[in-house]
Amino acid sequence: MQYIRSAAILQSLLGNIGRPGGGILALRGHASIQGSTDIPTLYNLLPGYLPMPHAHEHEDLDAYIEADSTEKGYWAESRSYMVSLLKAWWGAAATPENDFCFDYLPRLTGSASTYDTVMAQLAGETNGYFLIGENPAVGSANAKLQRLGMAKLDWLVVRDFSLIESATWWKDGPEIETGEMRTEDIGTEVFFLPAAAHTEKDGSFTNTQRLLQFHHQAVEPEGDARSDLWFTFHLGRKIRERLAGSTDPRDRPLLDLTWDYPTKGRHAEPEAEAVVAEINGWDANGDPLSSYEQLNDDGSTACGCWIYCGVYSDGVNQAARRRPAGEQSWVAPEWGWAWPANRRLLYNRASADPDGKPWSERKAYVWWDEENALWTGHDIPDFAENKSPHYRPPAGARGAEALTGLDPFVMQADGKAWLFVPSGLTDGPLPTHYEPQESPFRNPLYRQQRNPARELHPHESNRLQPSGDQAGADVFPYPLTTYRLTEHHTAGGMTRWVPYLAELQPELFCEVSPELAAERGLEHNGWATIVTARGVVEARVMVTERMQPLRVAGRTTHQVGLPYHWGPNGYSVGDSPNDLTSVALDPNVHIQEVKALACDIRPGRRPRGADRAELVRDYQRRAGIDDETGTEV
Amino acid sequence: MSDQSGNESGVTREGIEHPRPGREAPADDRTVRRRGRGAGRGGGRRRRGRGERPMVPKADFRSYYGQPILNKPVWSATDIAGYLFLGGLAGASSLVGAAADLRGEERLAVVAKTGAAGAAVLSLAALVHDLGRPARFLNMLRVVKVTSPMNLGAWLLSAYAPAALAAAGSALTGRLRPLGAAGTAGAAALGPALASYTAVLISDTAVPAWHDGYREMPFAFVGSGAMAAGGLGLLGAPSGEQTLPRRVAVLGALTEVGGLKVMERRLGAVAEPYQHGSSGRWMKVGEGLALAGSALALFGRGAGRGRRTTGAVAGVMLLAGSACTRVGIFSAGVASAEDPRYTVQPQRERLRRRTARR
Amino acid sequence: MGLLSESEYDDAPPRMGFFTDTSVCIGCKACEVACKEWNHVPEDGLNYTGMSYDNTQGLGADSWRHVAFIENRSGATPVDLGMPEVGGPPDAPAAAGVRPDLPPGGDLIDGEGKLQWLMASDVCKHCTHAACLDVCPTGSLFRTEFGTVVVQEDICNGCGYCIPACPYGVIDQRKEDGRAWKCTLCYDRLEVGMEPACAKACPTDSIQFGPLDELRERAEARVEQLHEKGVDVARLYGHDPDDGVGGDGAFFLLLDEPETYGLPPDPVVTTRDLPAMWRRAGLAALGLAVGVAVAALGGSS
Repeated sequence: MQYIRSAAILQSLLGNIGRPGGGILALRGHASIQGSTDIPTLYNLLPGYLPMPHAHEHEDLDAYIEADSTEKGYWAESRSYMVSLLKAWWGAAATPENDFCFDYLPRLTGSASTYDTVMAQLAGETNGYFLIGENPAVGSANAKLQRLGMAKLDWLVVRDFSLIESATWWKDGPEIETGEMRTEDIGTEVFFLPAAAHTEKDGSFTNTQRLLQFHHQAVEPEGDARSDLWFTFHLGRKIRERLAGSTDPRDRPLLDLTWDYPTKGRHAEPEAEAVVAEINGWDANGDPLSSYEQLNDDGSTACGCWIYCGVYSDGVNQAARRRPAGEQSWVAPEWGWAWPANRRLLYNRASADPDGKPWSERKAYVWWDEENALWTGHDIPDFAENKSPHYRPPAGARGAEALTGLDPFVMQADGKAWLFVPSGLTDGPLPTHYEPQESPFRNPLYRQQRNPARELHPHESNRLQPSGDQAGADVFPYPLTTYRLTEHHTAGGMTRWVPYLAELQPELFCEVSPELAAERGLEHNGWATIVTARGVVEARVMVTERMQPLRVAGRTTHQVGLPYHWGPNGYSVGDSPNDLTSVALDPNVHIQEVKALACDIRPGRRPRGADRAELVRDYQRRAGIDDETGTEV
Repeated sequence: MSDQSGNESGVTREGIEHPRPGREAPADDRTVRRRGRGAGRGGGRRRRGRGERPMVPKADFRSYYGQPILNKPVWSATDIAGYLFLGGLAGASSLVGAAADLRGEERLAVVAKTGAAGAAVLSLAALVHDLGRPARFLNMLRVVKVTSPMNLGAWLLSAYAPAALAAAGSALTGRLRPLGAAGTAGAAALGPALASYTAVLISDTAVPAWHDGYREMPFAFVGSGAMAAGGLGLLGAPSGEQTLPRRVAVLGALTEVGGLKVMERRLGAVAEPYQHGSSGRWMKVGEGLALAGSALALFGRGAGRGRRTTGAVAGVMLLAGSACTRVGIFSAGVASAEDPRYTVQPQRERLRRRTARR
Repeated sequence: MGLLSESEYDDAPPRMGFFTDTSVCIGCKACEVACKEWNHVPEDGLNYTGMSYDNTQGLGADSWRHVAFIENRSGATPVDLGMPEVGGPPDAPAAAGVRPDLPPGGDLIDGEGKLQWLMASDVCKHCTHAACLDVCPTGSLFRTEFGTVVVQEDICNGCGYCIPACPYGVIDQRKEDGRAWKCTLCYDRLEVGMEPACAKACPTDSIQFGPLDELRERAEARVEQLHEKGVDVARLYGHDPDDGVGGDGAFFLLLDEPETYGLPPDPVVTTRDLPAMWRRAGLAALGLAVGVAVAALGGSS
């Protein structure tokens, strides 16, 4: 998190935002992770980054808008975005009189983030769980905690291509092997529903650069496999059928939903394009919208996601466009569709100077055409098209009009890039250096070792290790980092069952330097056992000079590298490195810290059965770990 | 115009200038010129073989993790080394059979011709058995291809086998003498080709121990065939008809052993599989049997009843010696294909000589 | 070029081949997977080898593209990045990127340079003079109108002769199936004007497909470009029509000696020595006949 903020500040200072070759492009975890925040699968967001309303802070629509909109900039229009969203979801039932069904929205009472959910499961506060294309028993931090949490559920639904670890932990997971859990004691009812692959269904991805691409079904899914869209739609349909005729006001949010997507084929697959059209939105006449600037707050427009408005303009699926590169400019605006409004480079006004001329003719992107009084260039300007660079707002101006002709950062209230954040971030206005939760070193910059606002979830199975020069830190002397390989994908559900990929990287291996191998007696191609306060795994040993010893604070230390794709199920099997990681989260976006922790490593295979758990306990004892260790602010 | 790094590409108002497609990328940060000796971090330390390779002393050749470069033959030793032996035995026996006819040594003729025919039939069986798709054996005769010793050998065998069978059949039954005579003549005419072409068969590959020995291999092979045929005659013929087989066997043994010695000297390092390991052991045994069998045949032919027995023992030794040598040659070839050293070193040496000559 | 194909085909298209520029290979193995998917090549075993990231090991009947990974030290001088170190003594060596146990200064020793991670996608060379084709007794192996070498699997009887004949160790026998298999240069795709699956999938254009003449020109230019940038180690392999196989239809740009990648330094088609072999065999055969004849002279003793 600190790195990302620092990189953004550096690029801003260098003037490298909105220009060709500038900006920051995050290499994401999977094909549609951007989409998973745009049309969110996040608990605290509504489509288009509108916040999810809170139960007590946002009693009505006015209070909600008051809390989160701005006077100036494009967030000033958030009422239009919100009302249009509500109209998309509740259609005719959403009227000005009932706040456009604002009350129908679920409300937050606290955090329902994934790790908080796991803690709630462990506390017996959560009954059920849907896992759709996710494998937390391998892919989430502290995989053991995930499995223990799922063991407390009443029911669990897993949708995936194969029987992933998160579907079978109750009968063959590591805790069954160690005896820490027994199958007969686990009350969770597990449903496994086979899922269709992306080649077997229509749908879209949103790539990291905000580019939407529609993909078309190539083959019908086999057997009982169905798409997630099919599942969600028909589940909703069945629930509504059950509730039909109910007079309980509590059922109105479900019964009033617009849920009338057309279906096709013998499985009654919902038309994905119909969903795209709803996300794009339409006006009072039912005509597709083409820009979020057309959204109104009087209920005359509907739009499922304001930043995606325009993806279906003119009734054409813009995300499905595939004009070849040779037939269009290098920006390729007719390849897919990017939000917002098909702008490919955000904040591209910043590529031109205060007079509207490119800062460098070798980085010309958009510029002001004085003669025609508009912005022009290689991309859609991320700016009001007719706003001259010399425009200065009159007093009392609101919204977009309040921004001058020199303000490229149109999503900020003042249109400027911000080097520090006066409010909205939990830990501090500027990024800085903190050591990770577990580190063999003291923070060289501050007495404050770690991020004081980080989120910890103390639990007997989530013990933390001492750091720096605390007593017991030397029990876990080596920094451990996890990463990915080209041949496998995340928690392995899409690759460990595929023979052509499994044979490319068939086993879990750790990477160590020759120096570390010598220090710990590790043999190339042999086995190593890696231990933390959470768990122990075994891996084949790859001794390589690509792993470099590190000189830090006058001392040499060695890293252990672990790709994290493996679990005990599938065609290519192995231990799960997330059995080693802890739940210690960044305070702003609750991301787990699985790429920097500390471990011990020894030659040979790990113990089996009950001895496996005993080894971990033994390490905890040697390091003097208790429920307070590592929790200090 | 370019920037400090020499990068000329950019985006003008007209579009991209000097685009650099991916495959013309300058290949990572290798843009370092040698700064001259002494300027770099080299240290006085030799660190060889760290990382992927276990700690090994400096090798005099490089390889990809010691993996073989060639694919070794997939042939079964029993089938193919067996065929080398049987082919040599058959071809030379047909000559012995014809010569026995001319000398009026009837019993020797029967032994030689029967041996040739039997070896021919077993050869065909072994070759078909060794195919990956035995049912398709006739595909060998789809074409006539001079660049393929195996193809020409299939044709040769197709002509030889009926001739040898006719010769043997007539000799055994005493019937159809004209057919038998024709068969004997035909088999004797084709016999030398059969005994020698198998050397070309194995030499016409990339296998170092076989290819590099191509000059001497045919002589070693005909010698081995003669030794085996002579041994068969010593084993099966009556004591009055042992002179011809004895001479053929001893001449053959000397040719085989001598030919192999010359070959090994020429091969240099590539001779190692012929001298070491299990293939080296087969070769030594084969050579020993050849020499001892020859000595026994020559000097053990004392007077009296023991003459026949000594001859028979010598015959067995000579036959066994030929077989062992074939197995040795076969497995030496496989060993030379499995170790990349035998491919890399001679080729490096050849390259060095070629560049030195320029 | 002297290929048989020139007389066998009327209106043959230009000779097509691969130029694999390993200097831009990223080791993604998309070529391996694309080839197997298109040609239904079987998965050939889950074997963790420890040979860096190469678990495929080599070309064979069930691997027609093989990505090699080599970690070694080049002859180039490593760059001292001059990175600041935080928290350590002021005269300590630079931070991560330079091994701390190397004392500064001293002469450069061969092989002690910068650590490099070479990646290269190997494939059948489709030689101009192809030993596998020459020795095939059934005529199963043939040269297509594109100048490529292909096995006709309905004819191959698994005699196995092509396997030890190949100087590169490419073609091999598929177990259980019994026949010999290798890269077809996607003959079926070429026939409809498509490029081979591996070239299509390669994201960096390391694998380039096209007319061989054009590829050779492009490769020469690329080597020159790399030499100008100081990459002196770049060299072409298999491009030379005067080499021992008459040049390869699939040739490479390498960043180290061929044997480092598992390639023979000076491959020669065995057929080159075949005429001499036949002459020697003829001599030996004659010798056998003469020898038996001489032994047949004179009485018994």
